Amino acid sequence: MTDSLLKVEIAGIKLKNPVIAASGTFGFGREYSEFIDLNKLGGISVKGLTLKPREGNKPPRIAETPAGILNSIGLQNPGVDAFIKDELPFLKQFDTAIIANIAGNTIEEYCELAEKLSDTDIDAFELNVSCPNVKEGCVAFGNTVEGISKITKQVKKYCKKPLIVKLTPNVTDIKEIAMAAEANGADAISLINTILGMAIDIHKRRPILANNFGGLSGPAVKPIAVRMTYEVASVVKIPVIGMGGITSGDDAIEFFLAGASAVMVGTWNFVNPYACIEIINQIKSYLTMYKYKSIYDIIGKIQLN
Amino acid sequence: MQPVLFEKIVHNEELVPSIFKLVFKSEYIAQNAKPGQFVNIKCCEGINTILRRPISICDVDRDNNYVTIVYQKRGKGTEYLSRAREGDTLNVIGPLGRSFEMSDRYKNIAVVGGGIGIFPLLFLLKESKTMKKTAFIGFRNKENYVLIDEFERYANDLFISTDDGSFGYKGFITDLFENGIANEKFDIIYTCGPEAMMEKVVKASYQAGIPCQVSLEQRMGCGIGACLACVCRIKIISESEKENSNKSWHYKRVCKDGPVFWGHEWYEWGQA
Ligand SMILES: Cc1cc2nc3c(=O)[nH]c(=O)nc-3n(C[C@H](O)[C@H](O)[C@H](O)COP(=O)(O)OP(=O)(O)OC[C@H]3O[C@@H](n4cnc5c(N)ncnc54)[C@H](O)[C@@H]3O)c2cc1C
Ligand SMILES: Cc1cc2nc3c(=O)[nH]c(=O)nc-3n(C[C@H](O)[C@H](O)[C@H](O)COP(=O)(O)O)c2cc1C
Ligand code: FES
Repeated sequence: MTDSLLKVEIAGIKLKNPVIAASGTFGFGREYSEFIDLNKLGGISVKGLTLKPREGNKPPRIAETPAGILNSIGLQNPGVDAFIKDELPFLKQFDTAIIANIAGNTIEEYCELAEKLSDTDIDAFELNVSCPNVKEGCVAFGNTVEGISKITKQVKKYCKKPLIVKLTPNVTDIKEIAMAAEANGADAISLINTILGMAIDIHKRRPILANNFGGLSGPAVKPIAVRMTYEVASVVKIPVIGMGGITSGDDAIEFFLAGASAVMVGTWNFVNPYACIEIINQIKSYLTMYKYKSIYDIIGKIQLN
Repeated sequence: MQPVLFEKIVHNEELVPSIFKLVFKSEYIAQNAKPGQFVNIKCCEGINTILRRPISICDVDRDNNYVTIVYQKRGKGTEYLSRAREGDTLNVIGPLGRSFEMSDRYKNIAVVGGGIGIFPLLFLLKESKTMKKTAFIGFRNKENYVLIDEFERYANDLFISTDDGSFGYKGFITDLFENGIANEKFDIIYTCGPEAMMEKVVKASYQAGIPCQVSLEQRMGCGIGACLACVCRIKIISESEKENSNKSWHYKRVCKDGPVFWGHEWYEWGQA
């Protein structure tokens, strides 16, 4: 069932609706396919992939904080080859866009990942240069104009599919990072990744996470994410995918009004495995209530005071 | 498809200070639950205490579709849960996770539990069809021992210890267990409780050549296997996997690959 009301196109990828499951919160779709019909999703961004399998960080890897969570998974994943062999065929049974979230320690690793995945059935790349949970590489590329320019330019050469660059909020001025990504070939921007945080067990007088620090996500980050989405959407021409703390259709609408063409839903899947489906329906109700003909009628349509 | 359930709470009672027994009606969980599995509860609606809390299934009544859990009030989530009343709705997912291995081959079984670890073991004793069941359960003191009558009903032999000797044997339950295993040829041992206790149980079982299963705990995100938050170290045993890895262990998910694992696979055991 296609519904023209909700259709969007991001960098040439046609989505049946603008709701995508966020990387790292949805695995490779298998577990959530036991709860929802994955065919109904606009897309799925898979768990961050690296060239070689990665074991990730020591547990505990998660802590609950007010209206949010801190995680320090550390990119545990089976590696890109196992993804192509074992996970992608499963995902391709569903009629939904598959976005490969890629991460590495060096630019060469990112390029190799892009090259390997270019010849598969994925629909787009999401360049993860914003993971706060790994020691080397990754976020280091994402937090300076020079870093983001260089990596975007290099990786783009190997991408035969659209390239979405995912930004970290842990920077002083996200606008200049976004502009640098656009100038160097990004086809779209997604934001925000998690915000670096810390939680302490006062009885043990130690951080709760074995990794000490972790990335904050969930409702607590939403106002920051909406502001950054607005800032980025107002300076780039390429489409923006907004995320951070979305729990409902109303939350998602804020991101559209701020300038996002699509949204990703992460943490809330843990709380409510039906989250993505409910959010799609709620966006539709909102559009219908205000008699809009298309989601495009609200993208970037806030009026500042 | 696995549902997210909104079930009616039938009963929520404080058994002893800070330990609560909650009964809810759920056909889906009652009919599908196996010992060792857990339910994942959203203790408070909305954006407070957003993560679900994993609690073991302690008992099911399949004729009336009642499910019983017993939980300790610790932090924010269980505090909210403790305030739930009869007739309130429980937002719950389950049954989840890998259950204890139960088989007709195991004619003489033993369970060893400590603290909040005893609850899934009660369900196991009740479900097990064998005639010979021994239970070793440990508590901190007399004030927090619970469900003794139930353990008496479902175990042929019951051994109890308290840390302070206020009831039963004074000391660790593992002392009683080590004594028991010397005198009795169990076919399998199941354990759940503090890690230090389980380590001793695995060691004693291993030395006696008896298979043992442990139920592990870890902080969870999704509770269904997607986020990789809840991992524990599990030994790499199969030869083919050994070839592909330069490590002797890998991370497995407590929520999906566990919470029940074989004792000899559990890496933490024997490392100290
Ligand atoms: C498979 C499994 C079965 C369990 N069965 C029982 C049971 O039958 N009865 C019982 O009383 N308890 C059980 N527990 C422990 C129970 O999940 C925690 O006590 C509970 O989550 C604490 O939540 P809180 O809101 O009181 O604490 P908070 O401190 O507010 O919790 C904060 C976060 O940490 C997590 N957390 C804190 N302590 C633990 C812990 N020990 N294990 C896992 N996560 C934790 C919480 O789930 C939450 O996400 C079980 C745990 C697991 C993993
Ligand atoms: C447990 C967990 C794992 C994550 N793993 C990844 C990852 O592998 N790659 C990535 O780009 N983002 C990852 N993220 C970040 C999310 O995709 C998203 O940017 C962030 O959580 C904000 O959205 P939310 O508030 O809806 O969760 C992860 C987030 C969580 C909570
Ligand atoms: S809690 Fe998400 S994988 Fe176990």
